[in-house]
Amino acid sequence: MEFKKKKVLMTAKEIGKTLNTLAQEIAKKENLEKVALIGIRCRGVPLAERLAKELEKLGAKNLSLGILDITLYRDDLSLVASQPIVKETKLPFGIDEKVIILIDDVLFTGRTIRSALDALIDFGRPQGIKLAVLIDRGNRELPIQADYIGKKISTSLKEMVKVELKEVDSKDEVSLWEK
Amino acid sequence: MKLLVKSGRVIDPASKTNRITDILVEDSKIVSIGKPSAISQQPSAIKVIDAKGKIVIPGLIDMHTHLREPGHEEEETIATGTRAAAKGGITTVCCMPNTHPVIDDQTTVEFILLKAKNEGVVNVLPIGAITKGSLGEELSEIGELKKAGIVAISDDGETVMNSLIMRRALEYAKMFDLPVISHCEDKNLSKDGAMNEGYYSTILGLHGIPKEAEEAMVARDIILAELTSGHLHIAHISTAGSVELIRQAKKRGIRVTCETAPQYFTLTEEKVSQFDTNTKVNPPLRTKEDVEAIKKGLTDGTIDCIATDHAPHTEEEKNKEYDLAPFGIIGLETLLSLVVTELVNKKIISLMEAIAKVTINPAQVLKLNSGQLKPGSPADITIVDLNKKWKVENFVSKSKNSPFLGWQVTGKVVNTIVNGKIVYSE
Amino acid sequence: MPLKSKDLLGLEYLTKEEIEHILDTASPFKDLFTRSVKKVPTLRGKTVVLLFYEASTRTRTSFELAAKRLSADVINITVSASSVVKGEGLIDTGKTLEAMKSDFVIIRHGMSGAPNVLARNITASVINAGDGLHEHPTQGLLDIFTIREKKKRIRGNHLKGLKVVIVGDILHSRVAKSNIWGLTKLGAEVCVVGPATLIPQGIEKIGVKIYYRLEDALPGADVINILRVQLERQQQSYFFPSLHEYTLLYGITKERLAAAKEDVLVMHPGPLNRGIEISSEVADGPSSVIQEQVTNGIAIRMAVLYLLGGGG
Repeated sequence: MEFKKKKVLMTAKEIGKTLNTLAQEIAKKENLEKVALIGIRCRGVPLAERLAKELEKLGAKNLSLGILDITLYRDDLSLVASQPIVKETKLPFGIDEKVIILIDDVLFTGRTIRSALDALIDFGRPQGIKLAVLIDRGNRELPIQADYIGKKISTSLKEMVKVELKEVDSKDEVSLWEK
Repeated sequence: MKLLVKSGRVIDPASKTNRITDILVEDSKIVSIGKPSAISQQPSAIKVIDAKGKIVIPGLIDMHTHLREPGHEEEETIATGTRAAAKGGITTVCCMPNTHPVIDDQTTVEFILLKAKNEGVVNVLPIGAITKGSLGEELSEIGELKKAGIVAISDDGETVMNSLIMRRALEYAKMFDLPVISHCEDKNLSKDGAMNEGYYSTILGLHGIPKEAEEAMVARDIILAELTSGHLHIAHISTAGSVELIRQAKKRGIRVTCETAPQYFTLTEEKVSQFDTNTKVNPPLRTKEDVEAIKKGLTDGTIDCIATDHAPHTEEEKNKEYDLAPFGIIGLETLLSLVVTELVNKKIISLMEAIAKVTINPAQVLKLNSGQLKPGSPADITIVDLNKKWKVENFVSKSKNSPFLGWQVTGKVVNTIVNGKIVYSE
Repeated sequence: MPLKSKDLLGLEYLTKEEIEHILDTASPFKDLFTRSVKKVPTLRGKTVVLLFYEASTRTRTSFELAAKRLSADVINITVSASSVVKGEGLIDTGKTLEAMKSDFVIIRHGMSGAPNVLARNITASVINAGDGLHEHPTQGLLDIFTIREKKKRIRGNHLKGLKVVIVGDILHSRVAKSNIWGLTKLGAEVCVVGPATLIPQGIEKIGVKIYYRLEDALPGADVINILRVQLERQQQSYFFPSLHEYTLLYGITKERLAAAKEDVLVMHPGPLNRGIEISSEVADGPSSVIQEQVTNGIAIRMAVLYLLGGGG
């Protein structure tokens, strides 16, 4: 069955604004000298880059920025027919004593974040790990929640939240689709 | 006991007969061919087989069979092997001496003949070993073996590598009018080999057996046959080079005959690609060019006979690493159908010539009085439905190692009669 | 893109795309080695059996490390050569391993096609770790991975225009066979050079050039892959008169290496017979990537396990 587009949740402009708000919240609560932003592949990566820019506007300097590929930490190998291709993880800094802010586009079941936590811990012992997401669509399967949320919506399992970002896709848009 | 084979198309290469007629059998002999009116006088005492729409041919003679008894009864016995032969329309099998013990003395010959009489359903004619134990070192007691009932000598499976001993064998066997059947394989050239040497052996990583391993020995044996005037019969030829060597030898009038087996006109080395050990035969499956040359040799008469080289092996022996599996495939039940399907129907040879290569020709090589349909001959008769298509399966042989399993073939044996007795009915 | 077959039996059976996919997947695995924790939980709960019918240190260790770095449980079974003939048959051993719910059986066997026979008798994934004279697919893959990495050839660019010379005993070399399949599929120009007695019949039909003299083969070479002289085979079969003569004709020395391109890569699947097929000066010299091959071997084997285990 194919998904049909139901409505637009965020326009390009709204995405920009949301990221700005998120950056302000982070700047207010965190010690920016200790913060490292780590984007989860695939769309967490451009989001992390954009957030870093916003934070630099707010005075952050030499923010540590990394990329995490969680494919090898997934719990559904051989359950899903087509697996994403394994890509590089790039963490060009030591994570010990850092406050890591994990960044992803959509928070859904929580399994990706669970995998990401496992992956991160293999790199060292950060002082803390926080989570920032653009959209929280509910329907959690694990006791995980985000510290910074761009927009919270409630969805059914029949629905799909699609995040498109210029760096990866052709435009900036968040939309809701239904089967 | 009388038996009337009625209204079949009788094809007998020896007499060049090819017409619809009747054959009357009394006890173990053929009494008459034709003259149905004379027979019909006492219909109650006669068993009638209606052969209408079928062909009636001399019972097949397989001059190259491994019955495995004594010694390897887990693979085949005289009882099972002769039943497989009967199903294949074969009324005489010549069993190779590489049993355990080797057929190199009178006792073993007598054992086989006795077993065949008691448990077999077709004629069994033993072939004696050329050398004691087929070790290639000293001649067996060929005179005594002949008295006991052998029809040829061979060290099949092994080659008499010592040229002097081979020379002596050809000379000595002449006295008894026995053909020397040579398994031509230079064992030094073929050492460790599992398949034909070439592109496929290279990519499969299997040690190769070059064609030259066969041809070098064919050439040697032809030269020795010329030297000795002995009767040389070359077993299971598989290469273009062997065909050509024999063609030239025959032109020069040397006493050489030969046989090939169905696998050498139907299969090529490419079949080994999946490491299916039912493609492991010796000599190995060769190239397309060789298969073509074998067919040409059959067409022009260079190749006299088609024999099975029926070599049963158990599932346990065969389902393992290619190198560890023994050589050999079974063939009794598929011989006639493969000849019809692959040679006759594809117009490689005529039906008459095809039948000759499995009846009268081997009979002549072995100096047998069977292989033909004439009054006074043993009533060894095979009735075949030439048009019937069937799928190769459900082997009667104790072993099932056939690369032809599942093949669709044409031509099916309907009845097999040995010495006037019906031993197989479809 | 998962692999088509449940098994990895040889590079002959893989498409160019599948080979490239394995090579691409190996890169992120290699990155893992720079971390302090070199292990990922990908194959947690899976069982990998190393079924070795031939002695091997490097291949077995490499596979074992690869499986352990993916968090699989690893069992080692070594079967002596004599019990191949006398003991339990390969298929029965395979079925036993299957009954123990093994997910992967990595097999090394002295007989060509043994992994093929095993693979069609069990449902676990069978990985060929070298069979007879047939194939050694993971060695072929790691060699090509090393070439691609060092020569900066990435996907799409393939290996076109690259000249790879394989030196030595081609006849008995499963490494050569797998290299030839893989390299020719990816578009490299492959030459073999060695004594005529050790060049197998029909090899040119796979698309390689044959040379008998090093001086003819080496000019313009981008890669030289030196095969081990299999001393144990030399004894019986009269392939060449003596090791001394072999070294004289085919030993790769610094002087001979000068005929190849300046940035030539020297490879060797190991273990080395120093001073026979390769001089120490070359083995330890700047062109040598022999150590890298070993490292890359683990990444390739992790990628293979991952992809056969269901990864994309």
